Amino acid sequence: MAEFKKADSMLEWFDQRLGVVNFAKVMMTEYWIPKNINFLWAMGVLLTVLFTFLVVSGIFLLMYYKPDANMAFDSVNYTIMQEVAYGWLFRHIHAVGASVVFLIIYIHMFTGIYYGSYKKGREMIWISGMILFMLFSAEGFSGYMLPWGQMSYWAAYVITEIFGGIPVIGDELVVWIRGNFYVADSTLTRFFMLHVLLIPLAIIGGIVFHFYALRFPHVNNEQGEFFDFDEEAEKYKAGDKKHSKVIPFWPVFLSKDVFVLGVFLIFFFYLVFFHYSFAMDPINFDKADGLKTPAHIYPEWYFLWSYEVLRGWFFEIAGISGKDLGLMAFGFANAIFLVMPWLDRSPVVKPANQRPYFKYWFWLMIADLMVLTEFGKLPPTGPNAWVGFGASLTFLVLFIALPFITKAEAGKVKGKK
Amino acid sequence: MKEFKILAVLVALVGITYYGIEPYAHSVMHPAVAPADFTFQDVKNVDTSLAGNVENGKVLVEANCIACHAIENAGHPAMMPNADAAASYGVVPPDLSQAGRIYDKNYLANFIFDPVTAMHVQHKYNPESGKAFPMPSYNWMSPQDIMDVVSYLQSIAPKVADNVEGHKSTFEAACGRCHSMKYAGIEASTPANMIKEHMGATPPDLSQYIKSRGEHYLHSFINDPQILLKGTSMPRVGLTEKAQEEVFAYMEEVGDSKKAERESLGVWVILYSIIFAILAYLWKRKIWSEVH
Repeated sequence: MAEFKKADSMLEWFDQRLGVVNFAKVMMTEYWIPKNINFLWAMGVLLTVLFTFLVVSGIFLLMYYKPDANMAFDSVNYTIMQEVAYGWLFRHIHAVGASVVFLIIYIHMFTGIYYGSYKKGREMIWISGMILFMLFSAEGFSGYMLPWGQMSYWAAYVITEIFGGIPVIGDELVVWIRGNFYVADSTLTRFFMLHVLLIPLAIIGGIVFHFYALRFPHVNNEQGEFFDFDEEAEKYKAGDKKHSKVIPFWPVFLSKDVFVLGVFLIFFFYLVFFHYSFAMDPINFDKADGLKTPAHIYPEWYFLWSYEVLRGWFFEIAGISGKDLGLMAFGFANAIFLVMPWLDRSPVVKPANQRPYFKYWFWLMIADLMVLTEFGKLPPTGPNAWVGFGASLTFLVLFIALPFITKAEAGKVKGKK
Repeated sequence: MKEFKILAVLVALVGITYYGIEPYAHSVMHPAVAPADFTFQDVKNVDTSLAGNVENGKVLVEANCIACHAIENAGHPAMMPNADAAASYGVVPPDLSQAGRIYDKNYLANFIFDPVTAMHVQHKYNPESGKAFPMPSYNWMSPQDIMDVVSYLQSIAPKVADNVEGHKSTFEAACGRCHSMKYAGIEASTPANMIKEHMGATPPDLSQYIKSRGEHYLHSFINDPQILLKGTSMPRVGLTEKAQEEVFAYMEEVGDSKKAERESLGVWVILYSIIFAILAYLWKRKIWSEVH
């Protein structure tokens, strides 16, 4: 053990034992970020803040929530909303936070795609991010069920039913997931465990890993520019702050993030206090009734695009039923973003607007996802069904075409040079 | 400037998506229906412009109504306990103390003349179904007599204060025979098994209906349930616009009791966020002036 001298200050006392000075340097004051970034790079900090909101509000909800099919609905809608002091505030922060966190995740994710931040060297950042997205999806889905409202119940019913389409083990898998032959109290209790323990633990691990994955390849920048971080950091430390291409995480990068956070919080609290209904389906204020199906069943907005890919296939093609095709497309849609770094075969790291073919691909993909999202909520009848099918097919085609488009683009760029 | 452009693109994309999944999807799933009509002009069997005679009305009510209906307000208590009354009629007959206040005059007069038609429940009570509505039609009464009864009921109706207690009494008179409101400790006066038998299904608990259905939907629904839920056993209630507002006020007081707190606190929290954002901007400017 090292020799410990009497410390002159509290900081020194901690520094001797925990190396806090070095830790602060590594994590904050000498963690270098490129200077040419815009506010889209603040989404990571927004997500961290939102996740914290969700954890804290979730802990308060946990004090009064009852994970029991007979008590859950009233514990949320009466005890928490009306009896507990400011219980409504925690519920609204939790519900609105859960919805808005997905909006920010999507912005974060498409920022990454737009600027090519998933490319060579940054694959682990991208993959860990996509795993986080999947974990958040599971977290959102398991939490949505807990109030035991009509839409919670039927959403859980429909989503667990999807697993029934898996060959051979499907039917048994559904029973295993539900813990019963139908969505019942057993389903509620296990989803409760997943929502408050297992998945949050995995998410925290995922966040730590996602941050760590940034360390070596560093954060990308607005121009996809490559430069020597150590060299630029030396410039900064020597006092040439204006010419250095990097800034430290604290206080420079964070001062901008905190401003973006401030603007975001105005929007967030407006939703929490005055427009929370967008995150709470009115049907969910009816208690779950396994004997009465709602007129339309749809998931929360952030799952609509993949839900539409699932149900867009409503007729048989080449002897395969629409249901099976939908399930395959759904599996494809949920896994394909994970392999983005290998689908994009152009080595050039540049924002989409500077890439001759990719820019069309990118905006087409965004437009397609918006169409899928909007039609995912509408009843799948008449022309809606065909739009849904067209958009689902477009989604698949876009991703199948991506390697060819980017390969051609790489050839074109090389030819110019 | 460039960041503003990015923000504008972002806001546009989010706005379009939001429009599609909220207002637009809502308009597709809940097509507009005829607006609520509080004049009840579709039933015109009684000339409701006739001036009623309260004295004669009192005589007619005592001869025709109090055998089944309680009128606590005029000193006529219920003849039997709720359970027995429900067993006899299928549903507890309403106490008429407030009838003259909460029901529209046109509606009430035509209800007395022919309850099934006024309530829009002909699909349930008709010769083919063999079901008879518990209250007989008084279509043998002259329009003048009917208006006398209406005038009498109006004359005895109590004034109700515009507060929670008043709203509660309106809710109980208008909805409380069939519907419970668990979160307010209100249980339907007709016992659960009997009301189920009478209506064909248990009428829903209304604790959260102000949220699950919303005022906009209920506005049309109470006024004419058949427009929104064809074939439902729920009768057209015939409330005046004012009585309906009192019902909504009570449903909101029970189902969304923290609304006032939410809205007043919201202003402060948003104000705080604005100040926070301004200070953050000034701090950011100061810090970044060194690196640009």
